[in-house]
Amino acid sequence: MQRIFSFYRDGFAGMTTGRTLWKIIVIKLLILFGVIRLFFMPDVLVEHYKSDAEKATHVMDALTRAVPAVTGAAVNIKKGGK
Amino acid sequence: MIEQLSAATVGWARAQFALTAMYHWIFVPLTLGLSFLLAFFESIYVKTGDEAWKRITRFWMRLFAVNFAIGIATGIILEFEFGTNWANYSWMVGDIFGAPLAAEGIFAFFIEASFFAVMFFGWERVSKRTHLFATWMVAIGSNLSALWILVANAWMQHPVGMQFNADLARFEMKDFWAILFSPVAISKFTHTTSSGFMIGSLFVIAVSSWFLLKKRHLAMARKSIVVAAVFGLLSSLMVGLTGDEAAHSIARVQPMKLAAFEGLYDGEENAGLVAAGIMNHAKQVENDEDSFLFEVKVPGLLSLLANRRPGSFVPGINDLVYGNPKHNIVGIKDKMVRGKEAVWALGKYKEAKARGDEAGAAAALVNFRMNRDFLGYGYLERPEEAVPPVPLTFYSFNVMVVAGTLIPLVCLLFLYFINKGTLIRQRWLLGLGVASLLLGYIAQQAGWLVAEVGRQPWAIQGLLPVSVARTNIAASSVQTTFFMFLILFTLLAWAEVRIMVTQIKKGPEEN
Repeated sequence: MQRIFSFYRDGFAGMTTGRTLWKIIVIKLLILFGVIRLFFMPDVLVEHYKSDAEKATHVMDALTRAVPAVTGAAVNIKKGGK
Repeated sequence: MIEQLSAATVGWARAQFALTAMYHWIFVPLTLGLSFLLAFFESIYVKTGDEAWKRITRFWMRLFAVNFAIGIATGIILEFEFGTNWANYSWMVGDIFGAPLAAEGIFAFFIEASFFAVMFFGWERVSKRTHLFATWMVAIGSNLSALWILVANAWMQHPVGMQFNADLARFEMKDFWAILFSPVAISKFTHTTSSGFMIGSLFVIAVSSWFLLKKRHLAMARKSIVVAAVFGLLSSLMVGLTGDEAAHSIARVQPMKLAAFEGLYDGEENAGLVAAGIMNHAKQVENDEDSFLFEVKVPGLLSLLANRRPGSFVPGINDLVYGNPKHNIVGIKDKMVRGKEAVWALGKYKEAKARGDEAGAAAALVNFRMNRDFLGYGYLERPEEAVPPVPLTFYSFNVMVVAGTLIPLVCLLFLYFINKGTLIRQRWLLGLGVASLLLGYIAQQAGWLVAEVGRQPWAIQGLLPVSVARTNIAASSVQTTFFMFLILFTLLAWAEVRIMVTQIKKGPEEN
């Protein structure tokens, strides 16, 4: 464990360009998760619905919202083409 | 008015996804290709013991690190967009995408992340062979990461190995292997990764050409070009072969996309492949205008490529929209009838379940399952809505093919003049070498446009149109985040180019 730790420690300590890259990575992750995710890009279903059942109901409503008036006419049409 | 608003939301959400995916795809192919080139360079070093190859490996490894660091986490933004802009879709495919993405986390990312440290920090700490092993594992791990994402994308283009759970309103995985080994997944993975190898090669050729033009690091540049041109030539030939296989798959599972990227409105036997053409923008499915203002066709080639049979029939957009009984093609109108039946049955199932009518629910479910394969067509209002934007798909396809065809020629020219020993005097070719990286990226991005624009209006082929997949949010909120991402990506791209140019200018001596 000590060897693995010193391997990483020495590796990071010896970085030159890598330090700039790490700064960019950290700033980017902060912007992505600390600003964009938090304030602008919420997971809509997680935010509005507590359980999977509620999420499923919401999506099912979206799928069946406009129930078309066509019924029972399709069964004889051959499957194919897709 | 409501329809216009929802169309605006879909439009901005699609634009945002395209922006993010295309930006993300600047970094990914370079990682895929350059990782293998590092493994080749280092293998030569370990085999020959020549320190020059070690310096070469370390130089390109530094550029690899810059690309990796700037590109890292840009893919996460796509996941944010799924949750915010495409919530219905995200819920519906959660079970399907969960497995490939978990597999990515366990197998590929773990390998990649574990060996990264050894590759970057281990030069003086581990043996040559251990270091080489780590470099190879990074290359394999990076490409395995791409496999799982591409499998997920391929499933959207050709949904197999699943069933629809009407209680949870989501697609559930029934057969992992059918999803992993679907012909679309295989051709997508091989075509995409080989095009990544091509980009990696062009990157090395471009930077090395610049060194030669500046008369700096001549030996390193020549050695790098030899390896990159051979890899680039082989991978660009593989791109061609896998592209041919991809087109053959598309002909079977997404014939509308094939017709769109060929601008083929009326199906033909012995159909010709358009080698060059200018589309007539007045042409619509509903009118009788000519499809092209100008076109050069290679007779019979499209039939051969699409069906592997010369003289065979290739359906056009009109055949697919309105049907063609002679060739047993069911039109969109008929599919819409079955799709509406599926939507209707799903609604009846929901109502029966709500009132505890198990018999009614079971009957509705049987009806739904009979028509499930046409579910997405139930949301279309007109058959013509099933046609993707034809000119954009056509031009993207042709730009991809032309750019992709030039790349092996560039590699061959480099190998020819290297072999003659006169490469450094061919300044025109070195200039072309620098420009070839742009050519490669144009081919790459055009390829994604063909794949994603050509499958519209579907989020999941035939099952879910983008208009139903979207979240019910205001277009203005998507518009706001679109411009936020545009600014963020521009800044990051500027940072990458700046750091990359600085590192290139430093050259190998500074390492």
